[in-house]
Amino acid sequence: MKPAIVLALLACLFPLAMQAMDQDFYISFATRVLIYAMAAASLNLVLGYGGMVSFGHAAFFGAGAYIVGILAVEGVSSAWLAWPAAVGVAALAALAIGAVSLRTRGVYFIMITLAFAQMMYYVFVSLKAYGGDDGVALPGRSSGFGVDLRGDLAWYYLVLALLGGVLYLLHRLVHSRFGRVIEAIRENETRAAAIGYPVYRYKLLCFVISGAIAGLAGALIANQSVYVSPSLLHWIQSGTLMIMVILGGVGRFWGGPLGAVLLLTLEETLSGTQMLGPYSMHWQLAVGAILLAVVLFAPQGIAGLIARRRGA
Amino acid sequence: MLELKGVSKRFGGVVATDRVTLDVAQGEVHALIGPNGAGKTTLIGQISGALAADAGEIGFLGSDITKAKQHERVKAGLARSYQITSIFKRFSVLDNLALAVQARSGSSFSFWRPVAAEAALFEEARAIAAEVGLSEKTSSLAATLAHGEQRALEVGLALATHPKLVLLDEPMAGMGPEESARMISLIGRVRAKVTVLLVEHDMDAVFRLADRITVMVNGRVIATGSPEEIRADTEVRRAYLGDELAA
Repeated sequence: MKPAIVLALLACLFPLAMQAMDQDFYISFATRVLIYAMAAASLNLVLGYGGMVSFGHAAFFGAGAYIVGILAVEGVSSAWLAWPAAVGVAALAALAIGAVSLRTRGVYFIMITLAFAQMMYYVFVSLKAYGGDDGVALPGRSSGFGVDLRGDLAWYYLVLALLGGVLYLLHRLVHSRFGRVIEAIRENETRAAAIGYPVYRYKLLCFVISGAIAGLAGALIANQSVYVSPSLLHWIQSGTLMIMVILGGVGRFWGGPLGAVLLLTLEETLSGTQMLGPYSMHWQLAVGAILLAVVLFAPQGIAGLIARRRGA
Repeated sequence: MLELKGVSKRFGGVVATDRVTLDVAQGEVHALIGPNGAGKTTLIGQISGALAADAGEIGFLGSDITKAKQHERVKAGLARSYQITSIFKRFSVLDNLALAVQARSGSSFSFWRPVAAEAALFEEARAIAAEVGLSEKTSSLAATLAHGEQRALEVGLALATHPKLVLLDEPMAGMGPEESARMISLIGRVRAKVTVLLVEHDMDAVFRLADRITVMVNGRVIATGSPEEIRADTEVRRAYLGDELAA
């Protein structure tokens, strides 16, 4: 876990450096990156480790965000209540969606997870009491943890601590007995069943854990923007998370976080006018070209590329 | 030990297994032979629980397992190997075997403790590797093994679940004479601990290893008996053995 310590140190020092340079905007940007890193890591658990190509991960992300949003509008701002509720609802949604979807395989699984996510998207669009299409602004960030989370610095460090906790948990998980079984099912489901594993149960539990973590990331993004809208559940959001995982490295431990850093940094730099000048409105074209290059030349993503460099 | 009564399976209009009745006694090597398409692999699938039986009953160690799920049957001591090698190719040999050991030792709904720290799993996996002749290859990726070694791992995976009865589906498929001889001696050693139901086309191996032989043709059992009885059976000769044994 040596690189993890280096990364943690860099992440700890980053906002202090930005403050010293009077670039406070980047602290808020980095917080968003950390939140997406958590969401992408949760997707990588099902997609990379479990081999389940879920194209509806935004459903859990968005559900977590909306729970925090709705509770905040209704006057419940305590993080100790709202965040576990967000995680719980996301986990329940994953349980329900997974229980049905995991009976299918391959393309059918991709389509059915997509369909479920779009259904949830329209549910939230139709919630007129909470802004419908337009979404709803939160009265403020959740309270708790004995610090004022309105301050960008405190908020950054809280998100960083939670991401650290989630990554540690995932690291334990993928190296545990359960993690081995999940990978074995990805490699050869038929044989995993034949040596005595009830594969459906393992896949479902993996799906639920992943959904719960995405729910936590959703709870954080709602606090980050102090605003929730149905676009958080839109299939484009699911696609974005998937692109992060592919860029970073499918089934690589650091794949999700690396992909989130890379994609959001690209988006930030290329969509500004400094890099591409008048062409900056076409920044997605450049991102597409980079994604294409990664898929062609580094099918294991950036994390895979680094691992190869280090001879691992 | 294993009792099949009237077990059938049809795929659309094709009858794959047709009212198969079969007994495997504890401690024996029971060979299941028959021409291609006779329904042997389908029957193995039905016994192991990968395929549901359309009709009939399957009893194992005195209890009815007709409706039991595949993992429940493995827990009860019933394991299978595959005719077409089915291993975890991107896992090392040792990890392949440890995974199979893990399936029957303790719960795998364990999320915190690193599996690599579980010495007992790997010790047992090493013992299985030695038994199937892969001691030198434990750290190799399964995908990099030679065909014969992959076949040995295939059988090793079944043995690593500690079965009381192992269903071996053509363990010698595609093997050269040397590798076949090694597999025959492996089955010879295994039989002391485990009852074996052996599907095999290599008649040499079958007549060397089997205590009893069942012959299937077109989904039906046409004969069961000792190797001598099967050799002498005129219907079996006509339907299957033909010139191979007349010579």
